[in-house]
Amino acid sequence: MRYSALNLLRGALGGHRQWQPAWRNPEPKKHYDVVIVGGGGHGLATAYYLAKNHGVKNVAVLEKGWIGGGNTGRNTTVIRSNYFYPESAAFYDLSLKLYEGLSRELNYNIMFSQRGMIMLACNRHQVESFRRVMNAMQLNGVDAEWLEPEQIFQKEPMLNRGGRFPVLGGVNQPRGGTARHDAIAWGYARGADQAGVDIIQLCEVTGFLRDGGRVTGVRTSRGDIGAGKVCLSVAGHTSQLAAMVDLPLPVTSMALQAFVSEPVKPILNTCILSPSTGAYVSQTDKGEILIGGMLDLYPSYAQRGNFQTVEAVSAGFLEMYPAFSRLRFMRQWAGIVDIVKDSSPILGPCPVDNLYLNTGFGTGGFKAIPAGGYTMAHTLATGEPHELIKPFGLDRFTTGALIDEAGASGIAH
Amino acid sequence: MMKIDCPFCGPRDEHEFKCGGQSHIQRPGPHTQVSDEDWAAYLHMRDNPRGWHFERWLHAGGCRQWMNLVRHTVTHDIAAVYAMNEPKPSITGEGQ
Repeated sequence: MRYSALNLLRGALGGHRQWQPAWRNPEPKKHYDVVIVGGGGHGLATAYYLAKNHGVKNVAVLEKGWIGGGNTGRNTTVIRSNYFYPESAAFYDLSLKLYEGLSRELNYNIMFSQRGMIMLACNRHQVESFRRVMNAMQLNGVDAEWLEPEQIFQKEPMLNRGGRFPVLGGVNQPRGGTARHDAIAWGYARGADQAGVDIIQLCEVTGFLRDGGRVTGVRTSRGDIGAGKVCLSVAGHTSQLAAMVDLPLPVTSMALQAFVSEPVKPILNTCILSPSTGAYVSQTDKGEILIGGMLDLYPSYAQRGNFQTVEAVSAGFLEMYPAFSRLRFMRQWAGIVDIVKDSSPILGPCPVDNLYLNTGFGTGGFKAIPAGGYTMAHTLATGEPHELIKPFGLDRFTTGALIDEAGASGIAH
Repeated sequence: MMKIDCPFCGPRDEHEFKCGGQSHIQRPGPHTQVSDEDWAAYLHMRDNPRGWHFERWLHAGGCRQWMNLVRHTVTHDIAAVYAMNEPKPSITGEGQ
């Protein structure tokens, strides 16, 4: 059923009894043309674009828990494309453009709020290097503007005007912002399901079916499922699945935390990142102050996070906003992210035939969901990597053509 | 929150330490005969297990010595602390 004001009104008059589940809960079939492992944003988006753009509808998305329950539901919902290198800018800006039209396309309100994304410069060196980032963004065709301190305080009056890290300026991406993360997963799931994709939850992949070197399907907790092609979209858990086909990956899994305060009245107007204090903040539509920061810097699959990162990020946050010192934290959580040395994703085919990778997004996978799905769908449908992801192949670690985005990703991970 | 038993300083809080990643990685050689694949494996490919992990840690806020740890990546239990030049100890059982 289409979501519209008219249908909402109809529901209001009829006791809201007409609404149906947004996606089916089907039994897995014996064989699919494409099996996507991982029902997060990237997996669901890949399935959606496979069905919609390429007519490949015999597709299953396998999820060991519930869809959107991994990093898609654990991130800080920031969407931006303020990257340094042309390869990254082209990819992430496609993502941002797709996000701009996504509510309409999916008929699902993703609550994308383009409130601007400001990166604060707190010393002379940062002023110079962030101006360089701004120039790179503009050369890459991405919107970017320099803000003087007074312009920043006008947008964010609560910011600390003095202290150890004085604001000397900042680079703003006006089209950046936040969206509702659950809605991304649910909107893509609903769209994919309507196009005929099977979304199979509580179905854990335990191994691969192989014929010679090729992958011909997956073993799951709900039986064997044959597949023409298999795509891994499981973020921090990619190494486990790759180990089942003896595929070494340049990925290390670590925990990335975020926290929210109790809800307060609207007080933050943009997304603010301060590399000096190691924290970034925005305010959710519910009023919570949402805070993110650095990784827990050791390998971990524990989705909880350690205390000293909470302490360090909170200290950075209060350096930015001393007025928030009496706010109480309401929730804290962690997701397991797939860290790669050059902070760029690994997308496309791999040495194992019929197996495709969508991994390595590390701390920035949410903003890339539409582009990741869009380009991986093209890659799976045609067998050839999409033009935009050719630089992001696994082979770059052998050739040495790394795309080192560590500087442009903001927080030093 | 982990408590790491430094062989030189005794049990200390994890925030005094820095993780140096996977241990026991051997640099391939001689350098004129190393293929691009082997060099990539040496530089970039990592075990990344969901379970026991052999890794290097530095007691940065203490004695500033490196040591090896066997640590479980889900429970964060530490099964062994041993010197940098010692071979991998054998670890049995799952972390608690």
